[in-house]
Amino acid sequence: MAKYNTSEFKSGLKIMQDGDPCTIIENEFVKPGKGQAFNRVKLKNLKTGRIVERTFKSGESVEGADVMETELQYLYTDGEFWNFMDEQTFEQIAADKTAVGDAYKWLKEQDVVTVTLWNDVPIAVTPPNFVTLTVTETDPGLKGDTASGGGKPATLQTGAVVRVPLFVEIGELLKIDTRSGEYVSRAKD
Amino acid sequence: MTPAVANMSAAPKIDASVSPCRELVLSRARMYADIRAFFHERGVLEVETPVFSLAGNTDPAIDSVVADFSSPFENEASLRYAHTSPEFAMKRLLAAGSGAIYQICKVFRKEECGRLHRPEFSMLEWYRPGMSYHALMDELAELLAWLMPAGRADTERISYADLFQRELKLDVLSAGVAELKDCAHENGLEVVGFDDDYDNWASLLLANLIEPGLGVDNPVFVYDYPSSQAALAQIRHEDNIAERFELYINGVEIANGYQELTDAQIYLERFENDNKKRKLSGLAEIKVDHWLIKDILSGFPDSSGVALGLDRLLMVMLNAVDIQEVLHFHVDDI
Repeated sequence: MAKYNTSEFKSGLKIMQDGDPCTIIENEFVKPGKGQAFNRVKLKNLKTGRIVERTFKSGESVEGADVMETELQYLYTDGEFWNFMDEQTFEQIAADKTAVGDAYKWLKEQDVVTVTLWNDVPIAVTPPNFVTLTVTETDPGLKGDTASGGGKPATLQTGAVVRVPLFVEIGELLKIDTRSGEYVSRAKD
Repeated sequence: MTPAVANMSAAPKIDASVSPCRELVLSRARMYADIRAFFHERGVLEVETPVFSLAGNTDPAIDSVVADFSSPFENEASLRYAHTSPEFAMKRLLAAGSGAIYQICKVFRKEECGRLHRPEFSMLEWYRPGMSYHALMDELAELLAWLMPAGRADTERISYADLFQRELKLDVLSAGVAELKDCAHENGLEVVGFDDDYDNWASLLLANLIEPGLGVDNPVFVYDYPSSQAALAQIRHEDNIAERFELYINGVEIANGYQELTDAQIYLERFENDNKKRKLSGLAEIKVDHWLIKDILSGFPDSSGVALGLDRLLMVMLNAVDIQEVLHFHVDDI
């Protein structure tokens, strides 16, 4: 894999740190009045999602990471692996629990999601920002109550539990923001 | 031209608010006019010195831009350094009896672009014969008050050692590299690729852990640096510190001043020492300015001097976060 000099650092560049693939979120070149120049870099570990800040001496080289983001269709899970398919080649790929992480809550069969591959192995799964899911369980709805606050928990078809308004009923389709895990609105289909 | 004037007589004055370009042109022009008025009132004279020279800045942390001056009739390349500050030429004027002088000019440094960095930038540099570096800090504070009458007139002053003690509980002057590294580690500073060098680590701690909060309320002068960071400032041997200062506003280094060296022999030693360090780090050695040494030898007044980054000062005045906000052109678009 190619090496990258600090002068090539920019946001989005994928590099190796501590044996894990990372993506550069922010990079700032700094030249103090005295002493060596450095790059102040904010990195996201693509395996753990952890964000760290690191200071590299300018001119240092680091190893690049062979990381690719692919759009794959979610097929099914057997509880241990989650299976995805490339819609063009029909090639199937399985991601384990660690790679899927909390994304399992938003994976609906046939939805297209982003799967991050490192050396062709899935390390992260990112669901679409918004998903539409069916309510499978919730307390009976209160007729006419469309405005009052409060709300109640509802279990969705994927097993995720979200807070919803009181009027929501079993069998309804809801639009959910997967980044916050919050209810957005009722959905039509 | 006269007929056109008739047509344009009704033309409205350009409203600065309609054009960001015009607004920026006005801000910089006003700042320069105010600076010149400030020095005019104090009898400090404006000078110009050459941009290109055969000898250059030996500082290992600064990389000079080199220009090719050779004519088609010469076989050998005739390379000149673009100045990294007008310091040497201005000091030769001081040695020749110029009295108090200032200069506003572009300076050049081979470095990457950053939020606060450009390979060419504008500098204000001035020298005060007979003035101590503390008195020069007073004058710089007065300049700030002159340029920014609405507040920010109160400046604070803290020594380098007290600053490290206050912010990091570290006795920085007596610490070794190991202690500096421990301090970085304890404060969660993750560092890649730096050598075990005292000044590098001290400067990393300052730049990453202290600077961001410096001068956020009021401009702050940091003074009396470790003697290993003397550059061309006087060393006060009884305290083993360099009589230099830096001005910080909003976490950004704005100016850098010295109690100037007056001893030609020490200039030479520092230049040669710089070149030794350059050689060790695999950097090109820089031609030492022997004209400067000779002129200092002929008699140099006790002086203080300071260099101030004008683009950064304009950033402060316009509340800019990135230096590009105060520039009309980007380095890659011209």
